[in-house]
Amino acid sequence: MDMKLRRSMLFIPGNNPGMLQNGGVFGADSVILDLEDAVAPSEKDAARFLIAHALRTVDYGCSEKVIRINPLDTFAAEDIKAVVPCHPDAILVPKVESAEDIHTAVQMIAAAEQPDQTPVKIIALLETPRGILEAYNIAKADPRVVALALGAEDYTAGLGAMRTKEGTEIFTARTILVNAAAAAGVQSIDTPYTDANDEEGLLADTELAKRLGFKGKLSINPRQIDVIHSVFNPSISDIDWAEQVIHAIRKAEAEGSGVASLNGKMVDLPIVNRAERILHLARLLGLIEGAK
Amino acid sequence: MASLVKIAQAGTLESSDIMITVAPGPQDSGIVIELESIVMAQYGEDIRLTLEKTVAEQDCNDIYIKALDRGALDCTIRARVLTALSRAGAVLKEEIL
Amino acid sequence: MKNALGREIPEYISGVAEVKVFAGAFDTPPSMNRQAPKVKTVHPTDSKMLDSLAEVFAKIPVTDGMTLSFHHHFRNGDGVVNMVLTTAAKLGLKNLKVALSSVFPVHAPLIEHAKNGVVTALDTNYMSGPVAKAVSQGLFATPVVMRTHGGRGRAIECGQLKIDVAFIAAPAADEYGNINGVQGPAACGSLGYAFPDAQYADYVVAVTDYMVEYPLSPVSIPQTRVDYVVKVDCVGDPKGIVSGTTRITKDPVGLKIADNAAKVIQAAGLIKAGFSFQTGAGGASLATAAVVRRMMEKDGVTGSFALGGITGYMVDMLEKGLFKKLIDVQGFDLEAIQSIAKNPNHLEVGADYYASPFNAGCAVNKLDAVILGATEIDTDFNVNVVTGSDGVIMGGSGGHSDAAAGAKVTIVVANLLRGRLPIIVDKVLTATTPGETIDVLVTERGIAINPRRTDLKEKILAAGLPVKDIQELKELAEKIAGAPKQIKTGEKIVAIVEYRDGTIIDVVRQVEE
Repeated sequence: MDMKLRRSMLFIPGNNPGMLQNGGVFGADSVILDLEDAVAPSEKDAARFLIAHALRTVDYGCSEKVIRINPLDTFAAEDIKAVVPCHPDAILVPKVESAEDIHTAVQMIAAAEQPDQTPVKIIALLETPRGILEAYNIAKADPRVVALALGAEDYTAGLGAMRTKEGTEIFTARTILVNAAAAAGVQSIDTPYTDANDEEGLLADTELAKRLGFKGKLSINPRQIDVIHSVFNPSISDIDWAEQVIHAIRKAEAEGSGVASLNGKMVDLPIVNRAERILHLARLLGLIEGAK
Repeated sequence: MASLVKIAQAGTLESSDIMITVAPGPQDSGIVIELESIVMAQYGEDIRLTLEKTVAEQDCNDIYIKALDRGALDCTIRARVLTALSRAGAVLKEEIL
Repeated sequence: MKNALGREIPEYISGVAEVKVFAGAFDTPPSMNRQAPKVKTVHPTDSKMLDSLAEVFAKIPVTDGMTLSFHHHFRNGDGVVNMVLTTAAKLGLKNLKVALSSVFPVHAPLIEHAKNGVVTALDTNYMSGPVAKAVSQGLFATPVVMRTHGGRGRAIECGQLKIDVAFIAAPAADEYGNINGVQGPAACGSLGYAFPDAQYADYVVAVTDYMVEYPLSPVSIPQTRVDYVVKVDCVGDPKGIVSGTTRITKDPVGLKIADNAAKVIQAAGLIKAGFSFQTGAGGASLATAAVVRRMMEKDGVTGSFALGGITGYMVDMLEKGLFKKLIDVQGFDLEAIQSIAKNPNHLEVGADYYASPFNAGCAVNKLDAVILGATEIDTDFNVNVVTGSDGVIMGGSGGHSDAAAGAKVTIVVANLLRGRLPIIVDKVLTATTPGETIDVLVTERGIAINPRRTDLKEKILAAGLPVKDIQELKELAEKIAGAPKQIKTGEKIVAIVEYRDGTIIDVVRQVEE
């Protein structure tokens, strides 16, 4: 699995110079410069120029630079031609419905890449019932695919259901997406919480996402970043537990015993993997000492 | 020599943006710039230079540019000029960077 | 001669009796007594009520060259200054000095009066609108004197600003001159900026549109200092009076700055029982107050007092028990007015109590933290709040320099880039508050700490906040925006900037048209 931290992925409207130049100050793990929903059809050309220039000149700090292009059946081709040569880290492809869609995107991206350019990654935004059904195939379609993300607003419209804050209507889509991503070895990113003023609601929604297994969340407002990070960061008790697991393993190895146990329970490989992931994340975030 | 077919505009009057209007100039009129800026005293010269450079790089030599600046950075100025030129029918060169 | 900040100050300045240059925030001690107005008497049968301002002018009498003073508690809703000056103009008076604690766009008629020679000198702590622009363009032959709020109080008490007639816009008054700011249609709350005028002017005139039966209560300005009372139809526009508050900023960059500023206060170890706090009324400052509040609520902290210009937000904190007291020198909105009227823990104080450096101790000295703004800050941490980036006057110290000097931790919050303009410069165009009193600059791209404050730096670093050298931040801004060209100003001095102790910290020169 791609080890890049994607706890928060912040949308930045691609036609807004002020926001493009400030995108790096909010500390999001990824910034998504948006050519799609945020930009009116008559301004797509202007946004391409702005984003191309922003990619080359704006310092986004440690944030991954992601571009959300337009759907493959509209302006994706022009978008890719304009932005890929400017070295984004990833492309967020909206309304992906099949492995075929990924192949189409990869072809366009590869054609636009420069000879020595690091291959641009792909994040697939699943926003339709079909996309959810095909989630595993989409995730497996190409090595460039590093994550699946959920777009709940369009998805619920596709279901003919009402989008609600507590999200029962997207529960299944969420778990299918997480499952498919995990099976395929890619990350899963949850849909944005659209009420920017409701901090309590954001916290609850993000905690649910974490419990379900999502690795991060899309965000539509910089004010959401701190709350999202606080949820996805390992807690002190998480870290303590993980350190105990590793200690138990080391102890078992030193004693030459085949099996380690913690609190009466056997510590097997999946548990060790989880513990290692937690400690790795904790080190990355500077929560504990150690090589990153 | 890239030539404009018509008048075109790009950009807005929002903070950090610049509104650019370009029009084809008569033969040998050169690059004529009309600039208004909220940071004229501090960046007026820089803005003019960026406008001239961007346009010259595209070989648009007879052109009238009207620019209403609200504190745009260089990258924004360039992007807006290129958008306006493109909308005006100029065939742009591949970006060189 | 150069002052302690390296600013060139002429030895002689028209309108200034003795030029003393800034020598350091605490380096010029007082060397005078307080001045005292003439003693008067009122016969038991005398009435103080006059029918019109014209009658007041005749009675005193107001003559050419006199100094007339006014407070700015009505902000952009004020009607009294214009009424008084119209009267003066009609009577053919000339060369008056206007000592108005802050100038707003509503005071635009001042420009005509200046052109006609009715008013030839201005003394103020803050200017905005057409008058500020006109002053920058050379409206007055004599430089405008710009002071701090505390400094104006000091100047009046110590005799540097001698007021002949103080016209006090009174929201409510009785026939014997008792005044308060909490009753009447033009209620404005605290009348703190009028206190020094009332105590030291030779003549004090209450101008009101709301008469109350004698004796008025509560009393902010007592009858013992008021000579005449005039009732007019309307002293000011209530909508303009209570419109002072800004909303908490919605700008995500401003919110991020506010968040970090609050974390600096927390890292400094100040958010604990007895915490005291002042904030400006700007959007980013209010946002910082909101974050500080959440920190106080989370830790169950009860602060001692909040100070300064008081808004409904601060009133709410008082009523929820987050602060024990509010010390109020200016009310910004209806909630502030209602609170000061009924809550004994909401105190009305004068400009001198608030911020004068030449008394037995002013309120800013007791501050733990203050959040301030800036138009520019230089690599020595000197701050400009007088002129904008175009060299035109758009503000003034107000309480800025006072609070900065008094508070334990002074934090300036500012966008590193405003639009395209970097806020950090090599030398500010107009030094207002000296760098030795500024501790921390919080921007969206990093926090700079005054090298004098090694104690703070350790704590802020330990809290994991992004600390950068101020020079580094300046270079970062210029890398993004390009290095700005310097504004060119003319030769003529249009204003002098007086530090709170009466020394001259800088001058403002004319802008070219």
